[in-house]
Amino acid sequence: MSLLRLSDISVTLRQRTVLERVSLEIGAGELVGLIGANGAGKTTLMRAALGLIPAQGDSSLAQMAPRARAKAAAWLPQAREVSWPVDVETLVTLGRIPHLGTGQPVGEMDRAAAERALDRMGLKELRARTVTRLSGGEQARVLIARVLAQETPLILADEPIAGLDPAHQISTMRIFRELAAEGHSVLVSIHDLGLAARHCTRLVLLGGHAKVADGVPRQVLTPDNLRDHFGICAHFEETAQGPIFQATEVVG
Amino acid sequence: MRLLGFGLTGLVVLLALISLVLGPAAIGPAESLYALFTDTGTPLTLVMREIRLPRMVLALGIGASLGLSGAAMQGYLRNPLADPGLIGVSASAALGAVLAIQTGIAAHFAFGLPLCALAGAVVGVSLVMLLAGPRGSSLTLILAGIAISSLAAAFTSLVLNLSPNPFAANEIVFWMMGSLSDRSMSHVWLALPLMVVGWALLGSLGRSLDALTLGEDAAEAMGIGLRRVRWQVVLGTAAAVGAATAVAGAIGFVGLVVPHILRPLVGARPGALLWASALGGAAMLLASDVAVRVVLPSGDLKLGVVTALVGAPLFLHLIYRTRREMA
Repeated sequence: MSLLRLSDISVTLRQRTVLERVSLEIGAGELVGLIGANGAGKTTLMRAALGLIPAQGDSSLAQMAPRARAKAAAWLPQAREVSWPVDVETLVTLGRIPHLGTGQPVGEMDRAAAERALDRMGLKELRARTVTRLSGGEQARVLIARVLAQETPLILADEPIAGLDPAHQISTMRIFRELAAEGHSVLVSIHDLGLAARHCTRLVLLGGHAKVADGVPRQVLTPDNLRDHFGICAHFEETAQGPIFQATEVVG
Repeated sequence: MRLLGFGLTGLVVLLALISLVLGPAAIGPAESLYALFTDTGTPLTLVMREIRLPRMVLALGIGASLGLSGAAMQGYLRNPLADPGLIGVSASAALGAVLAIQTGIAAHFAFGLPLCALAGAVVGVSLVMLLAGPRGSSLTLILAGIAISSLAAAFTSLVLNLSPNPFAANEIVFWMMGSLSDRSMSHVWLALPLMVVGWALLGSLGRSLDALTLGEDAAEAMGIGLRRVRWQVVLGTAAAVGAATAVAGAIGFVGLVVPHILRPLVGARPGALLWASALGGAAMLLASDVAVRVVLPSGDLKLGVVTALVGAPLFLHLIYRTRREMA
């Protein structure tokens, strides 16, 4: 079953080509890492997929009615915006908005969904705290919990683990992996190639405004791709503890 | 939360009753209220129904309009310093009224002044929406609002500047201070329907404003139509505040201070703040209008002066509190 189908997505912003004819299909049960250097178009691709910016080509999500789309895919923007000093539980419950009819109050099911999200992200102790007074990393986890509370088949997350401590980076990637095992799919843009190599079931590499590689981490993180699109060389090895990827030098 | 609702409603009812029984004639409260509800055939019924009732209803409605649109504007722009005047409604309504006074329309037609003020508000808001574009960001809306507000204020000053008639200039200055004295039931019928339309537009924004807590991108991805929200905020504010300014003049600080004071009491949720601010605004304006009559019963103390005198220190206190929290 396909949760997202992009065909020939092209985006031009201010007469500058950002993406050219990118096609991508995501089925159920995948954790897809979207990688590429700064400015490669990762955020633009995800926003175009959601229909948040005008794009040429077809996106299965952008074609949906806004409410239906909000039930099909949740979006975690890169900017961690929390405008008002609300408490953690209230913020996470905002994820239930797409499931509520006009004037329908938050119900038992919505509270249960928020509770599951809080539990998954290990935020139960922080539930009554004011979000804006938490540390940056804690805020990031609260915002991920909001996306989980939306309980959509697909999650698109823009650099969700940037700024988290190592333990929470790993546990967040594990949570995404669990979701994938449950039949959801997650598309994350990510700069930490080591974590991407270990946890993602599939990587998509953007470079030169286009998709240049798509496959299991081993096929994508080749020495050629790393040199051409990231300007680095790296050590990549399958070990008893799983794949280990470490960037070593800048090249070129 | 429920406690806050009861508390605010109780406060508004109490202040409304005080507003009704307060007057220059020495008549007991019970007698006044009896004369309001049953036609006693005395002048008291006339006083109650034609003078005090419209004054109370206007204070209530205008206060609620200012509080509600202040909360909606702050929620939409995600800025605690936003105020309903930001989109140029008050300034352009004031210009309309000033032109009505200057040209004599106000003196020659019964409702020349409020109608011209409303027309000014409509023109001002249309220009703002035209400038900001149908799909601009909130920043373009703020910039367009500031531009139109400044332009309207400049024209108002120009009219004052060139006014050959000192009495008209005097009248303009007093009108701009805002007042509820000598308003009739006709003013109520002119303003109230528009304010109700504004309340309906703004009151249904709760969930969208809650979603906007996470930013425009996240809200849109949660199925919130930002274009629609923008129209609702602007048209709702224009109807409510335009009508309020048309019948009472410019009354500042209510839309800015009331949402500020009540925000911590509703857990900072912008949706819940809407109704709380509507009640709080009504309470603040009723209280100010009572104060106007108690402090200087003989003199003509202007309502807008009192709200600013009360509002500014409250605002300073809030700054102090914010500073302490940040330290």
